[in-house]
Amino acid sequence: MKILGISGSLRRDSYNTKLLRTAGELLPAFVELEVWDGLKETPPYDEDDDVQPAPPAVVALREAIAEADAVLFATPEYNSSVPGQLKNALDWVSRPLATNALRNKPVLVVGASAGAFGAVWSQAELRKILGATGARVVDADVAVGHAPTKFDEHGTLADEELRDQLAEAVETLLAETPARHLALAV
Amino acid sequence: MSALTVTSAGTWTLDPVHSAIGFELPYLAGTFRGQFKDVDARLTDESLIGSARVASVDVKDENLAAHLQSPEFFDAERHPQLRFESRELDRDGGQLTVRGDLTIRGVTRPVELSGTISEPITDGYGRERVGVKLETTVDRTEFGVNWNPPLPNGEPSLANEVKLVAELYFVKEA
Repeated sequence: MKILGISGSLRRDSYNTKLLRTAGELLPAFVELEVWDGLKETPPYDEDDDVQPAPPAVVALREAIAEADAVLFATPEYNSSVPGQLKNALDWVSRPLATNALRNKPVLVVGASAGAFGAVWSQAELRKILGATGARVVDADVAVGHAPTKFDEHGTLADEELRDQLAEAVETLLAETPARHLALAV
Repeated sequence: MSALTVTSAGTWTLDPVHSAIGFELPYLAGTFRGQFKDVDARLTDESLIGSARVASVDVKDENLAAHLQSPEFFDAERHPQLRFESRELDRDGGQLTVRGDLTIRGVTRPVELSGTISEPITDGYGRERVGVKLETTVDRTEFGVNWNPPLPNGEPSLANEVKLVAELYFVKEA
């Protein structure tokens, strides 16, 4: 079983990427986390370019999402909203709407920010965007505020309460995956 | 309550081509309508059972149809069918009242449908036909269909009260 992790931050030492990696440590052994590292290569969305074949970075992202059982997004907050490059990538993935790779895909949104609120407005907007694509947005959230104080020197989320919240949120995501539904149905 | 006597006892199956199960609700300054192309129903003296396949939702834009099937609306993947099953039919002349259970998005709630039923006619192939028109109004949020982004002034863009309309044409089984 595989979860694709997409960080909305491109920064090398991104707290959101660290948040994804911590989520990977909290996953059961049978679940693999792949952290997407191609976000920066996604070209700007232009409907004139949205033809077959799509740009390679877009093809790769669409395929990675399609192959994953679920997607975990960790987003920072820029001007009370979602970083432009993440929104741009989702605009590519969402088309065509009726058959896009996010359709019915279980997705979880979490976020970290240097400020007090842990990207809650950005997270809300990202949930709205993902809902519009047809994704199955799970009802769980984790907001890591004051992020520089919450990670240890190895880049792992150190705050116990937040780790518990993250583990619970990821479990909610796993519970929504078709693979888990099949396992429960047997 | 009086037992329904459509005509002689028997089972009536749906003529799906000439039947329609649809919905309408206030949206912005107008009314938004849609219907389901793939529907089925069965009528006897004691019961009316009907269903509609969510993936067959028919609206005038393919992206809108995709949105209606998504988890934000009907969630066709998890809940592929809408279903109604009567508990009680009550006929008074041409008036028909049907009480039963409606299932949308996996949530089942009691509803009362009211409308009309025609006298049977015989078509050109010698088959008996009868027409039933029923409607009811439900609060979609009671079934978990909650999507409703606010307008810039904060008012909701979509009403919660939805009128469901069924025009059903039945052919008597031989």
